[in-house]
Amino acid sequence: MKKRRNYNLIFGCAITAFMIALIVLGFFWTPYSPTAMDASARSDGPSLQHILGTDNFGRDIFSRVLEGAGTTLIIAASTVAIGLVLGIFIGAFTGYYGGWVDEVLMRISDVITAFPSVLMAMVLISLLGTGKYNIIIALSILFIPSFARVVRSEFAKQKQLDYVRAAKLMGANDLRIMFVHILPNVIPVLLSAVAIGFNNAVLAEASMSFLGIGVQPPDPSLGRMLSESQSFLSDAPWYPLSSGITIVLLILGFGLISDGLGGGKGDA
Amino acid sequence: MLDIKNLSIEFTGRNAAEAVHGIDLHMEEGETLGIVGESGSGKTVTALSLAGLLRGDVRISGEINFRGRDLLKLSPSELRQVQGKEIGMIFQEPMTSLNPLMRVGEQIEEVLRIHSDVPAKRRKELALELMGKVGLPDPELIYKKYPHQLSGGQRQRAMIASAVIIDPKLLIADEPTTALDVTVQTQIIQLLKRVNKNRGVGILFISHDLNVVRKLCSRVAVMHKGVIVEQGPTEQIFNNPQEEYTKKLIAAIPKREKRKD
Repeated sequence: MKKRRNYNLIFGCAITAFMIALIVLGFFWTPYSPTAMDASARSDGPSLQHILGTDNFGRDIFSRVLEGAGTTLIIAASTVAIGLVLGIFIGAFTGYYGGWVDEVLMRISDVITAFPSVLMAMVLISLLGTGKYNIIIALSILFIPSFARVVRSEFAKQKQLDYVRAAKLMGANDLRIMFVHILPNVIPVLLSAVAIGFNNAVLAEASMSFLGIGVQPPDPSLGRMLSESQSFLSDAPWYPLSSGITIVLLILGFGLISDGLGGGKGDA
Repeated sequence: MLDIKNLSIEFTGRNAAEAVHGIDLHMEEGETLGIVGESGSGKTVTALSLAGLLRGDVRISGEINFRGRDLLKLSPSELRQVQGKEIGMIFQEPMTSLNPLMRVGEQIEEVLRIHSDVPAKRRKELALELMGKVGLPDPELIYKKYPHQLSGGQRQRAMIASAVIIDPKLLIADEPTTALDVTVQTQIIQLLKRVNKNRGVGILFISHDLNVVRKLCSRVAVMHKGVIVEQGPTEQIFNNPQEEYTKKLIAAIPKREKRKD
């Protein structure tokens, strides 16, 4: 059988690598300070001085996009990391032991998933207050169930297999069986869940900032830039376009990666 | 060494059923005992209960005396001690009985890692030596491989190595040859025989294949619908079966037929 090139994975990785390279660059260097205003250059179109133009305060959009994408990426990465770690623990224990703890935790996660996630995030934010870190906490809580479910179902499946029985018979304790023996076998499935989770986290952060309950000024964020730029849709189309396209590229990259990983599983 | 008295196993969950009722089994140190019976006769469930692998909706009563202790009365951590060091088990399906994402060598060493303080270097030496003894070609190479890179027979050999590396007293073999083709089957039986003789490991061999049991075991117990209908020395059972069910089982063995012309 001829192996098909996994174009999804290749393009996904290429786009993501490009975006991450730009973002990392943005941490160390931006052409202008993202918050510096220049009254003489308000709402200028793209030019050699400002490659993506300037906004209504005369701030350089390219610098702000770099900085904003960085914020978004950090929030998404922390969210996924926290959600993933807690999700793995909860999923591992519930899947491996089953019983009433499993039932209770899974019903709780049903409740969390039953609400639209942005609504749920708004509730949490109104309890915690706004700000970068609170968004991370709120989104992580929302993301735990999706990882826990994947891990749980894999653990429930794997624990029936003979290699787990063999390990048990060898006298390995439960923690060792869960994390040394079973967990590595769950990782392939987790990888695509992580890519999807990343995607959702980027989107969730962007939409919350768009609604004004996310990242607060003066921190730039892609979602907030998009919402600020709404009023300049016709005067300065480069403003909404540049923040919008950045979000799209970020999501497209991870989306393609998760597709690629999912598709690759079948013929591996 | 192993003395099972009046063992009953009952599943209580959604599919409640009694799998084993009131069996007695006895095994001497270093003996090879075969349990034969058709699917659903309770032979695998018996084996799993010995290994302490039946959990959940199940009620086990009776006694399983293993070297002076009743396994059914031990706490989980005591049981882990006994199991790891003194009971090993190999399974029917060599595809799933090895962890697909752990190197073969590491799996063979696993018991030592858990139950002994043998240093890593010595562990590897022991594993390599044993791999050679169980007939794995080029141990150094296979040590680093993953299970999917081995053939079925090699995997079963690796499984056997991982079960006997700590020199258990009892090796439970649950249909270890069923998934293998005939030539490999014979090799594995030979290997089990060697393990039995050289290491003094008692083997409880579970199979539906009477021919295989005959080759390996000195005594046989015939199980049917959760009870042992007959047990005794292998040749006696084969040559002079007393029970109707045993006769039927033996009659079902395909025989070499002579050509009529």
